[in-house]
Amino acid sequence: MKKKVLSLMLVASMAAGLLAGCGSTSASSSSASSSDSAEAEAADGEVFKIGGIGPITGAAAIYGSAVRNAEQIAVDEINAAGGINGYQVALQFEDDEHDAEKSVNAYNTLKDWGMQILAGTVTTTPCIAVTDKTAEDGMFQITPSASSTNVIANDNVFQVCFTDPNQGTASAQYIAEKALGSKIGVIYDSSDVYSSGIYAKFKTEAEAQGLEIVSESAFTADSNTDFSVQLQSAKDAGADLLFLPFYYQQAAIVLKQANDMGYEPTFFGVDGMDGILTLENFDTSLAEGVILLTPFAADATDDLTKSFVAKYEELYGETPNQFAADAYDAIYIIKAAIEAAGVTPDMSVADIGTALKEAITTVTYDGLTGTGMQWEATGEVNKDPKGVVIQNGAYVSID
Amino acid sequence: MFKNMNKKTKNSLITYAIVIAVYIIVEGVVLSGNMSSLLQGLLVPLCTYSLCAVGLNLCVGYLGELSLGHAGFMCIGAFSSAFFSVVMKESIPNDAVRFIIALIIGIVFAALFGFLIAIPVLRLNGDYLAIVTLAFGEIIKNIVNVLYVGHDSTGWHISFQSQQALNLEADGVTYINGAQGITGTPHNSSFTVGVVLILIALFVVYNFTNSRTGRAVMSIRDNQIAAESVGINVRKYKLLVFTISAAIAGAAGVLYAHNLSTLTALPKNFGYNMSIMILVFVVLGGIGNFRGSVIAACILTLLPELLRGLSDYRMLIYAIVLIAMMLFNWAPAAIVFRQKLVAKFRPGKEEI
Repeated sequence: MKKKVLSLMLVASMAAGLLAGCGSTSASSSSASSSDSAEAEAADGEVFKIGGIGPITGAAAIYGSAVRNAEQIAVDEINAAGGINGYQVALQFEDDEHDAEKSVNAYNTLKDWGMQILAGTVTTTPCIAVTDKTAEDGMFQITPSASSTNVIANDNVFQVCFTDPNQGTASAQYIAEKALGSKIGVIYDSSDVYSSGIYAKFKTEAEAQGLEIVSESAFTADSNTDFSVQLQSAKDAGADLLFLPFYYQQAAIVLKQANDMGYEPTFFGVDGMDGILTLENFDTSLAEGVILLTPFAADATDDLTKSFVAKYEELYGETPNQFAADAYDAIYIIKAAIEAAGVTPDMSVADIGTALKEAITTVTYDGLTGTGMQWEATGEVNKDPKGVVIQNGAYVSID
Repeated sequence: MFKNMNKKTKNSLITYAIVIAVYIIVEGVVLSGNMSSLLQGLLVPLCTYSLCAVGLNLCVGYLGELSLGHAGFMCIGAFSSAFFSVVMKESIPNDAVRFIIALIIGIVFAALFGFLIAIPVLRLNGDYLAIVTLAFGEIIKNIVNVLYVGHDSTGWHISFQSQQALNLEADGVTYINGAQGITGTPHNSSFTVGVVLILIALFVVYNFTNSRTGRAVMSIRDNQIAAESVGINVRKYKLLVFTISAAIAGAAGVLYAHNLSTLTALPKNFGYNMSIMILVFVVLGGIGNFRGSVIAACILTLLPELLRGLSDYRMLIYAIVLIAMMLFNWAPAAIVFRQKLVAKFRPGKEEI
């Protein structure tokens, strides 16, 4: 009996310790994070608190890290230039491991910190789960890179990147316009929303453009380490252009294996292919001649791109990818919207949200990922895609 | 009264009391407005994983068979119930009624699949069984990933190819969109529902293990040949336990699905990673110890979130803490150390 009482007490004290631990952790983490940012001492109501969510660990970590770095650069620039309407900006970024449930946890963590505007999330599936929560709270959300149309189902969410259908359509149009290939092979990831979403629209548009899809083969997240079967089927079908609407990790394997079997079609990727040049242990010479449709090319010669790329390279030692550019733009778009709406940090989250989502439709923004960007009330962005080709290990615009 | 009570009954009552006490404390803190949004958001996942762990513990601890496919049963519960909820959103506007039906559907489907899978699987035992359940869990996940279901004026369309292959009319709605899963599941899970489900699950497993059937199951675990020799129908009991275990995992799936607006079957949430995670809850909490399963599931789900302050080192520290906890709980030397510690404070009484 006594043993039971003792064990009960132990459990109770453990539980108490756990809960106490929670309280102190959240308190200390929020204080630590605000001291990270430049404006540590500013009290609530004097800074705009912008939150970011994305994968910093796990398979999609490169996107989350790029977004986090670029958002930090943008926020630091804004603060150095005197803030937004005289108010400083604080940024906190949380990891979601590319998982819907973890993403909601990250969102709640940021809410505890006092986030007023969300510049996230980075990947699509988690983003859908989070948009539901921001809609509940009426928070203004702009995602740099979550591209599915499901993301913008709620009226408080806006995108910096293209939607998947637009990307698929744009790719097919681009291939037809530039006559890059006539017989098209497609490999896509059927277990990924992004990949299958793009492919579905690509197929429809390719038929409309008179392009012939001679081979289509799918893989899933469980079988993404060997593509010899898919490549062989494309080769046998005589495909002279291979459309690869998926992420760069798999694309790197595809390129390697195609090279091994001596198959040399034109490779055409979408924005997920971006990042292939910074992948570790990847022989970038294999990527020579690969064409990507991406709104951002790091070698562009305009001043904005040059200064951003220089700053990013100096701080993080690598060339920024398209996700970084989207994220950098996202912060400046928030700035433009805040200036247009004239909101102040002491307003409630929902009031800021309402004001911003009306203001953003009036904003015209020139940024890294496009000029004259405008937003519909639906959340979709209007801008033109850019094609880049990889030459000598760098992106070169082919327009 | 308490003193004369059966040891097992006492044990189960203590567990119920802990769950109810935690529930009351948490609700109190939430009502007083002192709980962070993070913790409030975590309450339902905590219930989900606790339920799963209880379900698997029945299979591992009492039947003695290792199942690595429980995330698959969770997946079935989640998808069948979410599908129902999304389709019936308009027809049954009452949240409570719809959710209860969805819950029953999720549990029944998971149980049904558990039963069907158990028929071939339980011909094996030990490691072989574990590997086969692993395969079944993966099969479930992969089938869900290629399943497309839509509805239009001409009726239901099902495809295993692509969304276009459904050939929907213009007014058609795609309910299950392959890898993109189900979106727009209503938010019906709450902490209260989760705790009620945990209590029901605990009630079921405690009474089950304490019954004639439960003792038969344990006799099979301890010595199958001896159990057979005294006339126990081994197959029947194995099937029964496996089905109940799958049903509880299905209930966890329902809870999971109705907590997020998007439901996809990724390796992360319904793959073997998750199955192994559930097994970790069970092993850390103690095999055959339901209370331990709930506590372990809560701790291991909370831990990565509470470590957010460490930013980049979070997952690394999480892994180290997990190793440390395993060692502290189950290393023989640590057990001896704990016994010595207890003996010091309470001399004169031998600890087991």
